Amino acid sequence: MIAIAAFFLLAAIAVASAVAMLFQRNAVNSCLCLVLAFFALAGLYVLLGSPFIAAIQVIVYAGAIMVLFLFVIMLLNLTAREQPQKRPRVLPFAVAFGLMLFIELVVALRSPAGQVAASRAPETTVEEIGTQLFTHYIYPFELSSVLILAAIVGAVMLAKKKL
Amino acid sequence: MIPLNWYLILSAVLFTIGVVGVFFRRDLITLFMCVELQLNGANLALIAFSRSLGDVAGQIIVFFVITVAAAEAAVGLAIMIALFHHKENLDSERVDLMKG
Repeated sequence: MIAIAAFFLLAAIAVASAVAMLFQRNAVNSCLCLVLAFFALAGLYVLLGSPFIAAIQVIVYAGAIMVLFLFVIMLLNLTAREQPQKRPRVLPFAVAFGLMLFIELVVALRSPAGQVAASRAPETTVEEIGTQLFTHYIYPFELSSVLILAAIVGAVMLAKKKL
Repeated sequence: MIPLNWYLILSAVLFTIGVVGVFFRRDLITLFMCVELQLNGANLALIAFSRSLGDVAGQIIVFFVITVAAAEAAVGLAIMIALFHHKENLDSERVDLMKG
């Protein structure tokens, strides 16, 4: 019962702050709305028994990535006044397309198999994730470190005015 | 007991909000945040399936998605800084150098 209440509360926060993000004029405000949505999603991950993913959601997504966004917004001094905001004429089409996509996704995902409780299998432990990550998924793991190195070098190259 | 379908519908809602935002917004930085929201919608579905099937692979995919999202954000924001130095704003309608 408490779990259902927590699910609805977190889902409402996530959806409301995601919608609020779309309609904010100020980029800093929409960034903070998205941080709130990410925190609500971290709560949902805890509800799904994945504390490790919830922790990296908060640390990496809400902590590192969104701070990088905020940092760039403040570095470029993007004020609501001089930035183009929305395409009002596009909104009806965007909403219609979004509704179509949503119905399509629901039809694709909805199946009798989905009526079961989400938490029917036992929780996986962090130890299990670590073991899998460093045995079966060791090559993707090492490749992701190369990817991050390439991203660091690329970001410095792109953002620097003169090398 | 929360059915698996609820999580899937919530993830579809978040993904759709992201898609609508990509169409609707014009400034590149908010557009980029909408892409992050789409990634998070997909992550929620992966975690829900991972829990429901008792398979740890879903959580590992989410781990890699977050890693790739971090790399993507770093490069994307660097491109935006370069673009801002060039054009003085981040209007997606005015970035049309490659239009034939």
